[in-house]
Amino acid sequence: MRGKWGIMAKGAVKIVVERCKACGFCVEFCPTKVLALSSAFNSKGYHPPHVVATEKCSGCDLCGMYCPDFAIFGYRQPQPQATPNKETADAR
Amino acid sequence: MSEVRNPVEPFLRMDRMPHIWCPGCGIGTTVNCFTRALIESKVDLDHVTIVSGIGCTGRVAGYVKLDSFHTTHGRAIPFATGLKLANPKLNVIVYSGDGDLSAIGGNHLIHAARRNIDLKIVCVNNLIYAMTGGQTAPTTPNDAVTSTAPYGSYEPAFNLPHLVEAAGAVYVARWTTYHVRQLARSMQEAFAKKGFSFIEVLSPCPTLYQRRNKLGDGLETMKYYKEKSKVRNGAPTSEVGLTMQGEIIVGKFVDRDRPDYRELMRHRLAETLGDRYVECEELVCS
Repeated sequence: MRGKWGIMAKGAVKIVVERCKACGFCVEFCPTKVLALSSAFNSKGYHPPHVVATEKCSGCDLCGMYCPDFAIFGYRQPQPQATPNKETADAR
Repeated sequence: MSEVRNPVEPFLRMDRMPHIWCPGCGIGTTVNCFTRALIESKVDLDHVTIVSGIGCTGRVAGYVKLDSFHTTHGRAIPFATGLKLANPKLNVIVYSGDGDLSAIGGNHLIHAARRNIDLKIVCVNNLIYAMTGGQTAPTTPNDAVTSTAPYGSYEPAFNLPHLVEAAGAVYVARWTTYHVRQLARSMQEAFAKKGFSFIEVLSPCPTLYQRRNKLGDGLETMKYYKEKSKVRNGAPTSEVGLTMQGEIIVGKFVDRDRPDYRELMRHRLAETLGDRYVECEELVCS
């Protein structure tokens, strides 16, 4: 999962499209702005979110805490043995 | 990679999903916080029980895959009191709405707080009777338009933290659905606390409250919570009343210790009956 700048994403989100009611909480409160509401519909006629910046996801699971419909959650990716970036690790 | 699952799913009756809550309603968010608090506090789930009354928030008991009890309107606290007294090992959580707890069950709320029964109350406050069509509730702030107050509500509203503190609660906190991490931590603290703990959670009701008052949708309300809420831990509860679209004081207001009902009962009976008083750990047959 290499992003635009060759940075390995630290986390990822999983979305259950059919359970979404498009309240937009996850899109608004994602601290790194990973998500956006898509133009596609689910079967109930809502626009579920989709990932627009994979590499920015930190896997903090704030989207999962906010989602009132239990339709999304974030998780940390198991990191490969590469040395972690000291600066970003400290910043967190 | 093995399949990762939403951490909330093991706590839900997935066959009942999707739930009935409206798009933008915050009750699901409080359930997320509740399950995170259960995971973090590592409590034995066999000894956790949820009791709820009637209303939108009352549905939580039906959706959560724990021992749960969906009771009659306003009587969540009496049922929970009986449960706790019969089986003191249980961690009894009352999960209900503002109308159920403070209006129809208002008397039970203050008396459970007075007797300091070891219950954890999560009161999801959407400022209105939502399930029955948006009537004025005791928590509806001044000037709010509801289905029974088309020219605006003129009744003074309850300040719930102040009410339960005065009645004798040992733990009182207020958060909004915007403060998810703080809310989860607060719930964790309440699980560990002995005595009557009360957590008020402000939640949007986009269908009935926000729509009638032209305040936008659930997301707009969440932005308002973000903008206008102020964390003041230990603030005097007499100053935390809610006003229409005004500032919201959130935080942990009260954290004190008082002997709970069972302790007082044990003390008195042991004193009077002496050896004849035999303590029973569990009254229910397993």
